[in-house]
Amino acid sequence: MFLTKEEERMLNGEHGEAAQKAMEILVALGKIYGAEKMIPVSSVQVAGVSYKTMGDAGLEFIEEFACMGAKVKVPTFINPAGMDKMRWKEMGVPEEFAQKQIRLMNAYESMGITPTYTCAPYHIGIRPKLGEHVAWSESNAVSFANSVLGARTNREGGPSALAAAITGRTPEYGLHLDENRIANVLVKVKTDVSTRFMYGALGALVGKMVKGKIPAFEGLENANDITMKYLGAAMAASGSVALYYIKDATPEWKLKEDYETIEVDNKMIKETIENMNTTEDTEIITIGCPHASLEEIEEVANLIKEGGMKKVWVFTARKIYEKALEKGYVKTIENKGGKVFADTCMVVAPLYEMGIRRTGVNSGKAAKYLPSFNKQKIKYDNIKKLLSE
Amino acid sequence: MIIKGRAISKGVGKGEVLITKDSISFLGGVDPKTGIIIDKENEAFGKSIAGKVLVFPRGKGSTVGSYVILQLKKNGVAPVGMINIECETIVAVGAIIAEIPIVDKLEKNPFDILKNGMNIKINGNKGIVEY
Repeated sequence: MFLTKEEERMLNGEHGEAAQKAMEILVALGKIYGAEKMIPVSSVQVAGVSYKTMGDAGLEFIEEFACMGAKVKVPTFINPAGMDKMRWKEMGVPEEFAQKQIRLMNAYESMGITPTYTCAPYHIGIRPKLGEHVAWSESNAVSFANSVLGARTNREGGPSALAAAITGRTPEYGLHLDENRIANVLVKVKTDVSTRFMYGALGALVGKMVKGKIPAFEGLENANDITMKYLGAAMAASGSVALYYIKDATPEWKLKEDYETIEVDNKMIKETIENMNTTEDTEIITIGCPHASLEEIEEVANLIKEGGMKKVWVFTARKIYEKALEKGYVKTIENKGGKVFADTCMVVAPLYEMGIRRTGVNSGKAAKYLPSFNKQKIKYDNIKKLLSE
Repeated sequence: MIIKGRAISKGVGKGEVLITKDSISFLGGVDPKTGIIIDKENEAFGKSIAGKVLVFPRGKGSTVGSYVILQLKKNGVAPVGMINIECETIVAVGAIIAEIPIVDKLEKNPFDILKNGMNIKINGNKGIVEY
């Protein structure tokens, strides 16, 4: 693998111990995936932030890495943590968890990482351009960057993203290269898919069918930031899909000559929805997987304004929370018994430890992960039904 | 005898071989306190990887496995070296941060030439295995 003089110096330890470890990680990845060289990245999004998934092993490593003098070289953003940094007590997060979570967050922040704590950086203006190389890790953010924005990123793990942040580089392989960005499955959608709810169910279904391949969709209506967010998130969760195309919607559309074709009809989507549902009654409704946009929070506020009390928790980025606070949406929702939390979400918060067992969601990704990560029973439905029943 | 391979994680280690033909998920598959393989599906179930040169096809499972490898090292129960058929990122990253040598893609199949209990030397700087 070719390394520049600067990269050699990092590898030899001339830029300190943290940069050396980081470069060792990137060189090993480069070898494993057959990269010829390193390329600069314009931004990094780091996962591995919830104490629930990182545990003591992860916490100790991140703290030690910070102590070694690890500092990020390029704009670096971070995934949600296991709790709202300000309002964790209101969430019912156990004290010991909170203390360790705060240590983990402080260690990341001491490296110079911007405390975004969001899986939807694209909702707060972090939108790399067509063809831009980045190193992002959260699977829906990766999918959104590659597909909706046409930027280029592999699905990084926590440590490899951190290594990219510290060196400003990533090995050139996988989705950074033109030849690996060609769809191999054409998905013909033969039924009306135009709502978030249907996009999420379609994502759950197609992810399972194409597992790791690159699908290209035909026949989708109303593809926009929000609907594509739900599609990409569900597909990444059910089938590790990191890139997809939609005819006349995504900036890129490349299909292999000898592609396979699959058709999706209404019956298949209905069956998928039935399988996602494991409970009729819920203790709580959670919205914001991936993190809610300002428009989505406004919608929740409008939907619950008229009805009775509703235990609904909305998760979003701190920046959007502040806007929602200004606009009065937070007050409206919280007056009706709901909550709006920042920095975290229902998947990475310790829901089970907080005593919650049955959750209503409008997200295909949450429906996939909550049963295994948080031992939840799921009601998957559209936002209007969840909030009106 | 010197067998050449590919250097993935640097360092030098000497120890007894422990072989498993099953891939390893470090998260949930190995006890970080004792170094014992606790995955019942693994053919080396119940054996300790502490101080061994661990030979296995590749890693699998959660990426948190990288941090479990570091924990094993801190608890003094990590392997002294690892040999993979083809290393993947979870094990590679874990070994680098824990400073455990790894060599993969040996020019001869390690399952044919290595046996449990053999004493070997692994050199992750040069990418070689000696016995």
